[in-house]
Amino acid sequence: MLPNPYLPIFALGLLAFLFACVSVTLATLVGPKRYNRAKLDAYECGIDPTPQPIGGGHFTIKYYLTAMLFIVFDIEIVFLYPWAVSFEALGLFAVIEVILFIVTVLCVYAFVWRRGGLEWD
Amino acid sequence: MNSLLAAGTSPEFALPSIEYRLISPILLVLGMAVISVLVEAFVPRAHRRVVQLVLTFSTLIVALILVVMLAGQRAVTAAGSLAVDGPALFMQGTLLVLALMAALLVAERGVDPAGDAFAARANALPGSIDEREFTKRGWLTTEVWCLFLFSVGGMMLFVTGTDLLILFVALEIMSLPLYLLAGIARRRRLLSQEAAMKYFLLGAFSSGFFLYGSALLYGFAGTVDLGGIADAITANAGQNGLLIAGTALIAVGLFFKVAAVPFHQWAPDVYQGSPTAITAFMASCVKVAAFGAMLRIMYVALGGVRWDWRPMFWVIAILTMFVGSIIALTQTDVKRMLAYSSVAHAGFLLIAVVATNEEGLAGAMFYLLAYGVATIGGFGVITLVRDSTGEATHLSSWAGLGKRSPWVAGAFAVFLLSFAGIPLTAGFIGKFAVFEAGVAGGAGWLVVAAVLASAIAVFFYGRVIVILLFSVPAADGPTVVVPSSFTAFAIAAGLSLTVVLGIIPQPFLDLAEKASIFVR
Repeated sequence: MLPNPYLPIFALGLLAFLFACVSVTLATLVGPKRYNRAKLDAYECGIDPTPQPIGGGHFTIKYYLTAMLFIVFDIEIVFLYPWAVSFEALGLFAVIEVILFIVTVLCVYAFVWRRGGLEWD
Repeated sequence: MNSLLAAGTSPEFALPSIEYRLISPILLVLGMAVISVLVEAFVPRAHRRVVQLVLTFSTLIVALILVVMLAGQRAVTAAGSLAVDGPALFMQGTLLVLALMAALLVAERGVDPAGDAFAARANALPGSIDEREFTKRGWLTTEVWCLFLFSVGGMMLFVTGTDLLILFVALEIMSLPLYLLAGIARRRRLLSQEAAMKYFLLGAFSSGFFLYGSALLYGFAGTVDLGGIADAITANAGQNGLLIAGTALIAVGLFFKVAAVPFHQWAPDVYQGSPTAITAFMASCVKVAAFGAMLRIMYVALGGVRWDWRPMFWVIAILTMFVGSIIALTQTDVKRMLAYSSVAHAGFLLIAVVATNEEGLAGAMFYLLAYGVATIGGFGVITLVRDSTGEATHLSSWAGLGKRSPWVAGAFAVFLLSFAGIPLTAGFIGKFAVFEAGVAGGAGWLVVAAVLASAIAVFFYGRVIVILLFSVPAADGPTVVVPSSFTAFAIAAGLSLTVVLGIIPQPFLDLAEKASIFVR
């Protein structure tokens, strides 16, 4: 008799479940626990963290704005590189598409600029 | 997509043929959303609301007109990634009608003395000095409108895409603005932010499922095109792990979006915490869009392996109908109750997916329209019943509302009757169409289960109607605020559509039936 074709899927599911449970349990049981101050600090690429409001509190939203703005331009470059490399082959159609894309990104940039997202203080 | 990939290897590049006329409604909505961002950037604060309102409503109305003008078109365009066909256009039209009604609720600023339903400035801490200052100045978060338009555009793309990558992009365009909109309620902000966080995390999680499933299907078929996947299934009739696993993962991603059990846990919290106008928009439009995409993927791409996925859908549908209906019985909060009711409705709609026939598609499209108009009307009523702290959503404070405001309570009762599927309301016709399709599609026992679940549902809707109309009003109960014409118009539209679709459904059923063929 042939084994059920779904058997491997169930086996994989069981394996994943066991792996998750075992690794979490094992880590709490045998992992070393050494606490120090630096581990609780906010991570800012190794420089001294910007002072937080008294009592911890929230990160100000400006970090997120900067990060998101970075991602917007990062993604823009990701799309511009392949286009620039095969610019000849793609022709006028791609030029128009890329211009449309850049204009859309500029709209976002204009929004951030006008609403004060570029000022740190 | 394929032509773009090919460009790297060979010098010639095939221009994708795009029929701009066919996708003009989507382009219009997304384009205007970008313009709406510019309005936020350059129009002075005092005029922003008016400009945004004019922009949003005219965009939605013109897009609706464009969709109506395209009726009867059947074509695949944009390099085989968008299918403008009957179901796509019908659901785009449904989405635009529902979005117009939801926009009316979002635009309301007459019911809350402090302004509209959204925080004066979303990034100020609740209760902080900043926030009080912004509220005093009467500032409004008009970015709501850009987010709203982007989300509608994503939904329209989601029901049109016939390519797993486009579907994924559309899913994100639809969802990301909604995560933000869920978190900026003016009242009970922490609850709202909690809702946004939960929605975001689970939404991102479910997108991951969808994407992983797409990758596996690509691995199986060598294409992300839904028609191409169907061809690969026909050519390769044997069992294939990639295909089965990919199908299951994509289905799970979509089950999250439609809030099917056991992927429904986010729905009650998110529906309760979000601003009620946004809840109305989410509950109606997201369900239309997600079912639109689910029907297209399951019918067009995976119709060939339906014997493999149907058992899974059977189980999910039965669980969804029963869990939704039974847990709704125990709810004491009106918004949570409607959330569980929407979970149960997802179960009924899954019958149409299981049916995999034209009747199922037509029935689902009608059901979604009927459910959507009643949902927006129902949440519209919820925005009106208020006490000093905002909306009074506890069921006990709704007791005897019918004695004080017979019109509002009557309207809510009609929406509940439609949810319950009582004859002469739209919900009855929708349920009937879906059940009929289920029987025709060989899912007779599933329909029997659905009828049982409906009976439970009738009981809990009936319980609310009794509380509303026949119990003694509480002495210090909430008041029903008289809204501006925005909300009044939305509720009236919901009410009249619910009744019209229930009494003369035939033209709409014919329309859905005529539109019920996918092109590939």
